[in-house]
Amino acid sequence: MSEKRYVARSTAIASRVLGDETMVMSATDSTLFTLDEVATVIWEAADGATPLEEIVTKKVCAQYDITPEVALKDAEVLVEQLAKHGLLLLSDKPIAQPASLPRETP
Amino acid sequence: MSSLVEEMVGKALQRGIPLSVQLDLTYRCNERCVHCYLDHHDHGEMTTAEIKDLLDQMADAGVFYLTISGGEIMMRRDFFEILEYARARTFCIKLKTNGILIRKKEADRIVSLGVESVQVSIYSHRPEVHDAITKLPGSLAQSIEAIRRLRAHGIHVIMANVLMVQNVHDYHGVKALAAELGAQFIIDPTITPMMDGDRSILGLNVDEAALREVFQNEALTGNAEEFCAPPQGPDAEALDAVPCSAGHTACYVSPYGDVYPCVQFPLPSGNVRRMKFADIWRDSPQLKEVRSIKLRDMPTCSQCAHGATCTRCPGLAYLEGDMRGPSYQDCEKSYAKTGISSEYLEARKASPQPQRLQLVQIQGLQHAAQNLTARVTESSALGA
Ligand code: SF4
Ligand code: SF4
Repeated sequence: MSEKRYVARSTAIASRVLGDETMVMSATDSTLFTLDEVATVIWEAADGATPLEEIVTKKVCAQYDITPEVALKDAEVLVEQLAKHGLLLLSDKPIAQPASLPRETP
Repeated sequence: MSSLVEEMVGKALQRGIPLSVQLDLTYRCNERCVHCYLDHHDHGEMTTAEIKDLLDQMADAGVFYLTISGGEIMMRRDFFEILEYARARTFCIKLKTNGILIRKKEADRIVSLGVESVQVSIYSHRPEVHDAITKLPGSLAQSIEAIRRLRAHGIHVIMANVLMVQNVHDYHGVKALAAELGAQFIIDPTITPMMDGDRSILGLNVDEAALREVFQNEALTGNAEEFCAPPQGPDAEALDAVPCSAGHTACYVSPYGDVYPCVQFPLPSGNVRRMKFADIWRDSPQLKEVRSIKLRDMPTCSQCAHGATCTRCPGLAYLEGDMRGPSYQDCEKSYAKTGISSEYLEARKASPQPQRLQLVQIQGLQHAAQNLTARVTESSALGA
């Protein structure tokens, strides 16, 4: 990936961290998804302002024993999937968030 | 329940997380349903700021499913402010409302805030029956209009049909109406006691023949032969199973901040005006007691052939005086389902119980502190 990609959590979702996993429900069709530990790290960092590459290097690679290339490839697949279900927004520019952006639990 | 939801509930149970909470915003209502178990006067509801703080606390404690109910939720002028705040904390929200105050503007707002579902009680497809139950002329037409508005936006609407003597034959009509409006239909054949322990409204419950008819209606229960199969008696696994979600992965918070194991289980377990929600959830002696009870600890039900399959509600048992005891209404349902009577049902038929227990659950803040000790002592005595 040469271009920067920005990711932001959709406001049309319900979500909660449950231990080291995250439950995410699409408010449009009530489909429930669970994100594992690594996906949760990416999910929580998806603020629309931080490029995906930076999330992967600073959050994922800093915590897990994985090379940036492999992590970024996996992250790309993950965010594409989440975007397909309307849970994440993807853009090559920073994504402005509404005032009522869903806040995550610590 | 989907297997993924079951898996998440299992994880919440293991980790002691209150995955689901029902929060009643008010007991005030614009209808006066004949079977309603609430005192509609405002005894000091939580303020907007208190509710927002509670929502923060609940999100931090791991609450995911939030049912916002009442009373009529839209009687609160700050309803949309609360809903917006709750959505910003990413709860999965189900609203329970009669829909009377949902006009176009309100429907648009609900849609834009992305709630998971809206549940509306419809008692009959006939206005003369529905309106006589709600005691509000024109209420059926207004509730249906609200459902249409919400459905037009694709909102998942649940039409809940509570059965009682007045509408016992109308559920077919309500089910057809739900299909016409594209709503999900659910039926509840149980009228529960008032939250203050008054059992007089139990006289509205449908009789056993009507219950049996419902249970054997395959359009409602699936495979009737399986659903109404004779009980096998509880095995070791059933004896150690958690009776229901109340106090385990779910609880209820009243408009006055009182915490109970479930909306139908009015065992006072703490108040969020005096303690943090997470501290009540984790440390309340009452919730700990509820969590400690397995089927094997229930002297009557553990010996009953229906023990493993009965819908026994610990809240109704508590309202009868003993949270480890049987619930008469569930004994009746088990009998209507299978034709096999429990010993307890026979004994109760032979010697009926009093109509009222002295329980005090709903009260204003000004009375709450002085009554807390009394309530705790009282409930311990009842639960012993
Ligand atoms: S069985 Fe009774 S106490 Fe348990 S969750 Fe159901 S209504 Fe609540
Ligand atoms: S039928 Fe009655 S006694 Fe038997 S398990 Fe159910 S509530 Fe208990």
